[in-house]
Amino acid sequence: MKDFILDPWPWWFSGTLIAVIMFLMLFFGKTFGFSSNLRTICAMTFGRKIKFFDFDWRENTWNLTFLVGAALGGFIAYTYMHGGVSVDISTETIHDLKALGFSTPKSMQPDEVFSWENVLTLKGFFVLAAGGFLVGFGTRYAGGCTSGHAISGLSNLQLPSLVAVIGFFIGGLIMTHFLFPFIY
Amino acid sequence: MKFFKFLIAGTIFGIIMAQSEAMSWYRIQEMFRFQSFHMYGIIGTAVVLGVVGVFIIKKFKVKDLNGNPIEFQPKERQWVKSILGGTLFGLGWALSGACPGPIVVNVGYGLTSMLIVLFFAILGTYTYGLLRDKLPH
Repeated sequence: MKDFILDPWPWWFSGTLIAVIMFLMLFFGKTFGFSSNLRTICAMTFGRKIKFFDFDWRENTWNLTFLVGAALGGFIAYTYMHGGVSVDISTETIHDLKALGFSTPKSMQPDEVFSWENVLTLKGFFVLAAGGFLVGFGTRYAGGCTSGHAISGLSNLQLPSLVAVIGFFIGGLIMTHFLFPFIY
Repeated sequence: MKFFKFLIAGTIFGIIMAQSEAMSWYRIQEMFRFQSFHMYGIIGTAVVLGVVGVFIIKKFKVKDLNGNPIEFQPKERQWVKSILGGTLFGLGWALSGACPGPIVVNVGYGLTSMLIVLFFAILGTYTYGLLRDKLPH
């Protein structure tokens, strides 16, 4: 039992707990949707003069608290659970990534993308900056991210969410299969 | 203290993202290459249980903690923004290997360079707010 909790979790256990979180938020009278926080942060900081961000950010304090918890959860998992273990991806993926210059996983994330040595190169910085920008722009344009559309939206059988999730995959497949060979 | 329950829910969410490895760039690559069931299993399980649960909540008019009926906000039925915004999001998801939740979980996990992704995600949302009236929806 202890090992089960401390080791990486199987998909069925993880998926079940995500559903539990979604229902917990509904039970608390809120909605599970993470990317709204990005909008709230804009309303708190440099966005106040723009109509889209002209609202009282305090009404979303609950979601910002959830965000702080998410970071805390990452810290707890790294420090007390399976932190630092290499991700057990399929041999096909290891093979495909090797062709792009990525070594076999040694931890949760590839150094080739996230090490500061790499991030401080022009390309390394641009990848993270462009990736973040597209995520932040796209999620608000689409009206939600993986939690708001793929989990909350699909659970409520929302057609716009299905369209957005199809979009997530169109974008992800274009990036992975057509653009990665030019970037890496 | 009324926000404490959200802190706990968020903490559990962060632990799920880490323990399931859904926060990993490698897992996102594996997903977009259709080389493992793992991510599809996670999202699929959550959605199947979600559909059943939402149906039950509506059918039996389940109430929330404060005794108010649980209500669902329908998503806006605008297709251009759903598909265009979704595609832009997907490009960024594959490039950075993280969607908004995992970006923050990664920062807590100790991956400090993810702060750059977070900063530019906020900037991306800001830019959307700036251009909103000029974009097709």
